[in-house]
Amino acid sequence: MAASCVSCGAAVSRRLLLRPPLSLAPRQVLWKAAELQSVPGPQILRLKHVTVVTTKKNVKAPRRETYTVDFIKKQIEEFNIGKRHLANMMGEDPETFTQEDIDRAIAYLFPSGLFEKRARPIMKHPEQIFPKQKAIQWGEDGRPFHYLFYTGKQSYYSLMHDAYGKILDIEKHKNQLQAKGLFSEKNKTIDLIGSRWLIKEELEEMLVEKLSDQDYRQFVQLMERLLQSGAAEEEFVQSFRRSVTVQSKQQPIEPVQRDAQGMAFSTSEGKRKSAKAEAVVYEHGSGRIKVNGIDYLLYFPVLQDREQLMFPFHFLDRLGKHDVTCTVSGGGRSAQAGAIRLAVARALCSFVTEEEVEWMRQAGLLTSDPRVRERKKPGQEGARRKFTWKKR
Amino acid sequence: MLKGVTRLVSRVHKLDPGHFLRLGTQAPQSLAAQLDNQVSFESPRAISCTSENDPAKHEEKHEGLHYNLPLQDVKTIFPHGLPSRYAMQMKTFNEACLMVRKPALELLHYLKNTNFAHPAIRYVLYGEKGTGKTLSLCHIIHFCAKQDWLILHIPDAHLWVKNCRDLLQSTYNKQRFDQPLEASVWLKNFKTTNERFLSQIKIQEKCVWNKRESIEKGSSLGEVVEQGITRVRNATDAVGIVLKELKRQSSLGIFRLLVAVDGVNALWGRTTLKREDKSPIAPEELALIHNMRKMVRNDWNGGAIVLALSQTGSLFKPRNAHLPQELLGKEGFDALDPFIPIQVVNYSPKEFESCIQYYMENSWLQHEKAHTEEGKKELLFLSNANPEQLERLCAYL
Repeated sequence: MAASCVSCGAAVSRRLLLRPPLSLAPRQVLWKAAELQSVPGPQILRLKHVTVVTTKKNVKAPRRETYTVDFIKKQIEEFNIGKRHLANMMGEDPETFTQEDIDRAIAYLFPSGLFEKRARPIMKHPEQIFPKQKAIQWGEDGRPFHYLFYTGKQSYYSLMHDAYGKILDIEKHKNQLQAKGLFSEKNKTIDLIGSRWLIKEELEEMLVEKLSDQDYRQFVQLMERLLQSGAAEEEFVQSFRRSVTVQSKQQPIEPVQRDAQGMAFSTSEGKRKSAKAEAVVYEHGSGRIKVNGIDYLLYFPVLQDREQLMFPFHFLDRLGKHDVTCTVSGGGRSAQAGAIRLAVARALCSFVTEEEVEWMRQAGLLTSDPRVRERKKPGQEGARRKFTWKKR
Repeated sequence: MLKGVTRLVSRVHKLDPGHFLRLGTQAPQSLAAQLDNQVSFESPRAISCTSENDPAKHEEKHEGLHYNLPLQDVKTIFPHGLPSRYAMQMKTFNEACLMVRKPALELLHYLKNTNFAHPAIRYVLYGEKGTGKTLSLCHIIHFCAKQDWLILHIPDAHLWVKNCRDLLQSTYNKQRFDQPLEASVWLKNFKTTNERFLSQIKIQEKCVWNKRESIEKGSSLGEVVEQGITRVRNATDAVGIVLKELKRQSSLGIFRLLVAVDGVNALWGRTTLKREDKSPIAPEELALIHNMRKMVRNDWNGGAIVLALSQTGSLFKPRNAHLPQELLGKEGFDALDPFIPIQVVNYSPKEFESCIQYYMENSWLQHEKAHTEEGKKELLFLSNANPEQLERLCAYL
């Protein structure tokens, strides 16, 4: 029996802890299996009980882990191989296995009940997981490669230098043309609508350097000056612009009205806090509203709730023209009123022109209110209220 | 100025009332052009008010229009009868205007055609909260007062079953309880309303208050009432005697009796009153309620019984209850059983328009938007044509 224990113990790896982290627990128990390979025959697993006690109290905070280029490359290879294995497992074609397929496969194979989405298992390309870091900037002799290394922010200053150089080039070109008389006043201004400059965080990410606010402002000013001087360097400038979603009115996709018994109506839902409402708005009516089968005057005796219901109609000037039947559940009286308002506004979108839909969106009628009750924290009486402070 | 109004109004009166709304803005201008001496700012009154101040002559064509109650009449007929918000409005506008509405017209029609030889018919006004049951009742009372009926009006029967401080054990019947305060207050108001009848009616039974005081047979009812008012301890018994005598004598035909009770569901519900040992009192054990129930039974003739339900003051009844079955309970419904139900609903579009016009004429709506069409639509939506809600809304404007 002892022999069989030993043989299965042989499969256990010998060194269990590879690299202890810098902050050690004061006591650690190391189990070391005895040296097995050299001694044949029946062996006894001699377990050495070793306690390690650190005396370090002021441990420095660990520096950010630097990943070497080789390490990143290895990770990328491993990722690609793993991707192919995963595709095989799921029975799909490894060649056309996209990132979304990977996400779905991982969610299927490792179902997680954690609330925080970022804590769930992920499998992404190493570029997205490991933060971008600079390679070693100097050679063996200690001499830096880049000529602006000693400014501290080499990529930023080199970018500014290049941009300014381009401006000067364009000016020189313009002067030459003017001298020759071939300068034409055609202003090929680049269309700036629908795109925006990079924000500071994006620029930092691009240059892998920390910037200050003044640096960022200088950068934007230089870019704008470059634009003004001419349309020659369009690609260069556009690489620093991101497009803004056109008019951002993509969310409300209102369902087209349906017909039943000849009456045109449209249905939609709305939510607020924990109340859910579903509203059916008829196109031709006389302004009657029924909530859960009860007249709205009796269901909402408070004026404020009725004003909430009135808001979509009043905004579109259609006060007595529609009939509404809705069902609502959950929440309190104010939440139910807000939910019905949202549902009614979304349903009205289908009877109304696109311009009016845009107005409604700007008025805030089509946005669902994200405010939810804040959680009570331990050590406090409520979400924000602290316990009474007593001096002694 | 008053002359000008009546002249203007009599001209407008000939117009078809169905066109009032459409001609609303046009009529005063044309009339003002004709009578250039008259003050034109009074002319819009014609749209929502009518000059027909006698309820007996109110007909369908007056539907939706307000008529004026002379303030003197109001003091005599309604010493305690008007709802508090309406009384405030009366004080503000310095006049009492009631709207003529369909349920009241219906009731008036029935009352005009009552056969006084038959037992008294019971009419029950019911409807959602705030639709105008109490004010319709007041309209009927005004009509009956003009017709010289004797009015027995209980403004709110709920006041008798709750918040009573002193309950005495009744001298007449040991099991029952007296409510001296409420009874004396009611007797005072009754006296104000029906002064002229009190001397005419003679009681037919001797009533003994205690060893020293008694009232002989044949003396007037006024004396009984006086006794009740001065001696508060015997007020409840005085009320009982008054009710009994009235019931007996209305069949004789000397006078016609109108029994008008508001909040009649209090007579059959529960009370919040308790005995000294904290056990609850049933309504039957209150002498006032007991006598009232006998009054509301239709075993007498020579008059009519008009009742209005009310959820507002009711005890232990859910807010949504508005049907007679729900508010009266099984007991009450059986007791009242053969009755004519009259439903009072929210304003029709015409009535709503008329109400808004009335407020505008009295310069009650100060908001700029209230005069526009959109403003009216907003008010209509928010109040859903409920008279009470509309009145509360307009109070802010």
